[in-house]
Formats: sequence, structure tokens, C-alpha cells
Amino acid sequence: MRRLLLIGIIALLAGSLGMTWAQDSGNVLVMARAADTTGLDPHTQTAFASFRLLELIYEPLVNLNAELVVVPSLAETWTFAEDGKTLTLNLRQGVTFHNGADFTAEDVVATFNRILDEDTAAAARANYLNIASIDTPDDFTVVFNLSDPDVPLLAALATTNAAIVDSADIESGDVATVANGTGPFSLENWTPDQTTTLAANADWWGDGPQVDGIEIRIIPDETSILAALRAGTIDFALLNDPLVATLLVDDPTIVLNRVPSIAYHVLRLRGAVPPLDQLEVRQAISCAIDRQEVLDTASLGEGVVTGPLTMAAFALPTDELFCYQKDLAKARELMAQAGVEGFTLKVIAANAEPPTAESEATNIKAQLAEIGITVEIESMELSVYVDRWLAGDFEAAIALNGGRPDPYTMYARYWQSTGNLNNVAGYSDATLDELMASGRAETDPEARYNIFADFQRHLAEQAPWTWLYVGYEYTAQQPYVSGFVPSPNDSILSLAQVTLDR
Amino acid sequence: MRSFNNVMIRYLAGRAIAFIPILLGVSILIFSAIRLVPGNAIVAMLGTEAGMLTETQRQSLEAYFGLDKPPIEQYFIWLSGVVRGDLGLSARFGQPVLQVILSRFPVTLQLALMAMAIALTIGIPIGVLSAVKHNSFIDLVGRLLALLGLAMPGFLLGTLIIYVLSVYFRILPNSGDFVTFADNPSRNLSQMIFPAITLGFSFSASVMRTTRSAMLEVLGQDYLRTARSKGLTEQVVIRRHALRNALIPIVTIVGVEMGYLLGGTVIIEEIFALPGIGRLVFNAISQRDYALVQGIALFVAFNFVVINLIADLIYAAIDPRISYAKET
Repeated sequence: MRRLLLIGIIALLAGSLGMTWAQDSGNVLVMARAADTTGLDPHTQTAFASFRLLELIYEPLVNLNAELVVVPSLAETWTFAEDGKTLTLNLRQGVTFHNGADFTAEDVVATFNRILDEDTAAAARANYLNIASIDTPDDFTVVFNLSDPDVPLLAALATTNAAIVDSADIESGDVATVANGTGPFSLENWTPDQTTTLAANADWWGDGPQVDGIEIRIIPDETSILAALRAGTIDFALLNDPLVATLLVDDPTIVLNRVPSIAYHVLRLRGAVPPLDQLEVRQAISCAIDRQEVLDTASLGEGVVTGPLTMAAFALPTDELFCYQKDLAKARELMAQAGVEGFTLKVIAANAEPPTAESEATNIKAQLAEIGITVEIESMELSVYVDRWLAGDFEAAIALNGGRPDPYTMYARYWQSTGNLNNVAGYSDATLDELMASGRAETDPEARYNIFADFQRHLAEQAPWTWLYVGYEYTAQQPYVSGFVPSPNDSILSLAQVTLDR
Repeated sequence: MRSFNNVMIRYLAGRAIAFIPILLGVSILIFSAIRLVPGNAIVAMLGTEAGMLTETQRQSLEAYFGLDKPPIEQYFIWLSGVVRGDLGLSARFGQPVLQVILSRFPVTLQLALMAMAIALTIGIPIGVLSAVKHNSFIDLVGRLLALLGLAMPGFLLGTLIIYVLSVYFRILPNSGDFVTFADNPSRNLSQMIFPAITLGFSFSASVMRTTRSAMLEVLGQDYLRTARSKGLTEQVVIRRHALRNALIPIVTIVGVEMGYLLGGTVIIEEIFALPGIGRLVFNAISQRDYALVQGIALFVAFNFVVINLIADLIYAAIDPRISYAKET
């Protein structure tokens, strides 16, 4: 009897091991990533992982290309009025939602009413408060009437949080469950934390998709994603951890795409907490930290040192910014000027968000010890960190913050004294308020560039935060996947143009 | 026979009634614990963007997540649902909690059973051999193997296995495309065999050691001398008389380990991308999906109680000295 059992077990093992599974999914792109979307409502989801799925299904009025320039999406052309208080958009015609309904100006109006409705709890609502009313002279023209000139509004429309949904779905209250968009792919099936199946939208207005669909698989451990790439069982992967991505740099079989991100690693100081309320102390910290060293230690050099603005169109070279060269002598002098011998600085970090947070904090701790500052690192789970962060209950924090293509939208919440998160930022002054206000209203691109150049220099000098570096956005793929163009804001929309040349 | 049935029924009824305070206690503990942890579903969903919410938006979200009522009221609302069999709605999945749990539990159950089978198949024979050839070279090898099983962390063994499979054999049975046994038995087994080996290997060490020490105790007993003097072969003596009696401590640890395995093994599930209870509860806690966390805690507690009961019944079956009848 026992012998029979033994034979049975061995046969089972042999059978299961002996099977090799031909991975031919035809013309469907198999993609793996570690985190899944947390919901299907494009207006309320804010997690990076959620955007990566929803941007394939839903579309906003305008989009960003790989250079972060605003390009047409559901709107073909647009104009601001002379005084900047009206934005007119001409909509694309012949577009349909996945359920067959026609896309018209009515859907745009319904969408923005929904976003502005407080019951929807759309976190991006704060960007659209200047929209006083919306007119629709005809089915394919939309006019936003603004209460104040708002130049950044256009770039602020290029987000999944402002994606256009079907007015019928808003009325029936089904937006969060039906995933009915206009995008290149439609949602066939979503098993949370497991798999998501997308089908190509044959009626999409754009060029493509060339694949028949996308199968998204959630593999929670990134080293397992690496294994799947090596085994050839997946075509494409999103990677978050630089320590895993760098293992692919010299791999001849897998193609690693990397592009500098606009999300920035930063040590945030709260100027409201003594002795950080003293300018010299904050400047000393900025002068004492060699940002390249933090980058090399925590992210293995995978990235670029950055100032306050990270988008290519506005970022100043770092040698124009205060103390971007490590200067210990100056740092010590500043500390002496402030009359501060040394003190303990408590830095909070979320473990694994980003994966490099604790390494960054540890390196900073070693560097600040040289000017007499003792850093105590408090590591905690992400939601606990966010909770304390929102309450402003911290002295310093290591963070990876999302960037935006426009400087105003990126920092309005922090550096305006009336900003929602100004308390968390812990610093404000009149110059910043002035610069932000003019940055919002100024229509001349050159003048605007200069305003934000001053903005960066001022922030670097006042040093309320120590900006560190931007990392890379990583995607990895098999060599037969062609046509993917990585974007600094992590968008994978170019999957609509991808082909599988097996 | 009639009296046996009555005894059984009374015994089972008594145990079933004892379930209730246990489950109640667990429910209160987990309810409080998950709410004491900073952060809530809103913060978990929106992250730092939660700071951009207006007061009205925040209240709207709190009403949606059921967070606007005082905790005690939330508890009784939840409890009243539980007694009707409704464990509530998962905020993350938008589905009834029980449905979510039951959709993921078969994976964990299958993994636990396979790991257990492997552990017993490796552990018991080696344990017996070690005990019978006690202090010999074979015993030494056996004990070293057990040490390896105990010392090697699951994530190390699992990652090594995946590495070897993907780099040297160019296969990875489960690349996020898990299939259930019902859908595709052979494919499913190829996906489950490696995580089962990983779990089974470390558990086989405890099985082996327990078997060995239990056997050693039994081997010294007088009744074995009687059996041998009756003329029985050594094989029969070991198998039918010694091992049988050594089984009780083994049943104990199998019961405990089974209960633990049925609660899900997060690390193995994460490494091997298995959609089991472990990952489910881990993500539920990170996302502060209160209903799901509470539901899973109750479910796991329930499993433990049931397994304990089964273990006790097995004791009674294999050891005639144990009887659950009350003295009349």
C-alpha cells in the first residue's frame, strides 16, 4: 500500500516537472507588474499603479508626449482667450466609448461636474477650482469659463484624473464599476491582485493598437518578475526597484528601458519645527549633503541629481542653485552663525516606499553627522507614514514625490501659503506666493520660464527641503517587443503602438 | 453503539459551543487592533493626495467606507451581519468578504495539503530510520537534514528554486497566470509543486525530529520486547507497534502546523505569485480593508478550532486509552 503511494507521488512529481508550457499567446502582450490598481474610477484613483492601467482605458482631453509637451487627445485644438480667462477646446469627432455610445461635449461637461462635485471625492478637484462654468456652443466645442487666469490648467487636464467618462454612466452611478472609456484598450476582466485582461479597441481614433490585447499579471515579488522575463514567459514588465532593474543592465537577452523620471527624491524639512525654522540651519543641511553620494549609495547611481523642478522644459542646471556642491566648511560656518552646536533630527521613512527610502536616510545620517546633526531614522509602514505626514507630525521625512509637467500644478499645494499642504511643507514666504501667483497667470512662455527660474533659485536658497535626485522609470521587455517609448511621467500609453515581432 | 453515538454527539456539541467565546474574543481583538493602527482606508487609497480633500469630500469618503460611526457601533453592525452569515463587503474588492475568502482559500488549502504530504513523506521515514539506527551515521545525516530544514528560511529556498528554474531550465510554471486544479490539473500541479516543496521541506524538519524523539521513547518500552518475543518481524514491530504509539505527538504538531498553513503563508505566496489567503490578508491590512481583515481573522480562528477538534478525534481513534465519555 505504502509502495503504491510512493509510486503515485513520484509519478505526480515527474509529470508536473516534465511539462514545459509553450508560451504562445499569439498577438497578446503579456505584461507583469508588482502592484495592482486599487479601483476602476479614473477620477478618484491616485496610486501610480492605478494610473498605469486606467490610462489605457480612459482618455483625457489632452495628453503629454515623451517630452512632456501637451498634445491632442480627445480635444484636437484649443485656444486661451487674450485675458486667459476662457479656454476653448475643439473636440475630436467620430469617437465612441467602448460600449458604443458617442463621445460629445455633453460627456465633457458631465465629467467635470462630477469631478468638481465634492461627493465624488476626486482628489484632483483642487486643480480645477478656477472653472466657474462650462459652455457647449455645439456638440464638439467646449468652453471653460475661468474665474481667474489659469495657464497651467491645460497641462493639468492631461491626467487620468480628468479622463472623460460617458455621461450616461455618471447618471447611472456606474463609473466605478463599468470601466467604459474611449481609450485604445477596453477592460475584459479584472481579478484584483491577480490578472487583468484588456482587449484592443478596434474603433480607437488613434493609430493602433497593433496587438490584440494585453494580459496584465500581478507578480508581487520583483525578483520573480525578473525570473519570468528570463524564462521568457512574459513579454513586458514594469519595475520599481532600481536594485532589481540594474541586474538587467548587462543582460543580453532582455531589453531594459530607462528614462529619468519627473518624480523626485527629497529630504523634506519642516521649517515650522525649531531649529529648522532658522534659515542657516536649513542651508547648512543643504550644504552638507552630497546629493550624488546619496544617489550612488541608495540607487546605485541610477538617476540624476535635481533641483526643485524636474521637468526638462523648466529645470535649471544644478550649478545655478545654492550649495549643490558639498561644502562642509560653509555648512559648519552656517551652523555657527545660527548658534546651533548640534542637535537630533528625527527623519521618518516609509519602508519600501520607495524601496530606496531607508538607504537614502542612512546615507544622509552619515553625512549630517559630520556637522554635528544626529539623525534618528523612524521607519514605518506606508499608511502610518502618510497618516503622520498629513498631520504634519514630523521633523523631517524622506519621500519620493510625483512630479507634474507644469511647475505651478506641481507645487501650488505646497509653496503657496494658502495651499492645501502648506502646513505639511512647513514653510512659506511672500516671494513664493508672488512667484506662484504670477506663474499661474503669465501667458508669455519666456516670461513664465524666468518666473520659475527665480522660483527654483529662491527655493534652493531658502532650503525648506533638500532636493536630492530623480531616479529612472524602468520597463523591461523581450527583444521582440518593438515600438515602446518610455515617458518621464511613467506613462505606458505607447503600448498602443507596440508590436510583437516573434 | 448507541451509547457511543450519544457520547460523540454530546462531545461534539460541547466543543461546538466552546467555539463561540473563542470566535467572539478573536473578533473583538482583531476589530480593535486593526483600528488602533494609524491610517485608514482613505489614506491607504489616496496616499498623500488625501491631503487635498476638502472637509466635505472627506466626510463623503468616510460615509462610503463606514468610518463615520463610532467604533462600538461599527462593531455591532458588523457582528449582527456575521451572525446572519454576512461578513460584510470588502472595500478593496467590492465583493462580499466571504466570497473573496472562499475564492482564495482553495489555493491555500491545496498548498497546505501538498506541503503536509511532502513533509510527512520525507519526515516520518527519516525520523523512524534515525530513531531505529539511533546514534549511527544514518542518524547523523538525518539530524543534519533536519537542521538544514529548520535553518533555511523559506524565502531563501523559494528564491533559489525560482532562480534555478528560470535561469538554468528557462521555465517558470507560474508567471502570474495561476490556474486552479479544477481548470487544468497538470498545469496547476506544476505551479504548486515548488512552493509545496519549499514549505514542505522546512516543515519536514519538525516532523522528522518529533518522530525521532517519539520513536526513541517508544522503542525503549517493554511491550515491544513482548512483541518481538512473540516472533514478529522487526518491520512489523516498528510499523504496527512502535510507530502507531509514536503518532500522538506527530498528530499534535501536524495539527498546529496545518492551522498555521491554512492561515496563509505570505512570503511563499508573494514569491511564487500564488493567489492565497496570506497575500490576501497582507494586502487587506496594508489597505486597511477592515471588513476583509476581520473576516479573515474569524475564518482562520475557525480553521484552528476545527483542526484542533479533528486532531482530538484522531487521538481518540488511535489511542484507546483516550475516551471522551463522561463518567456517569
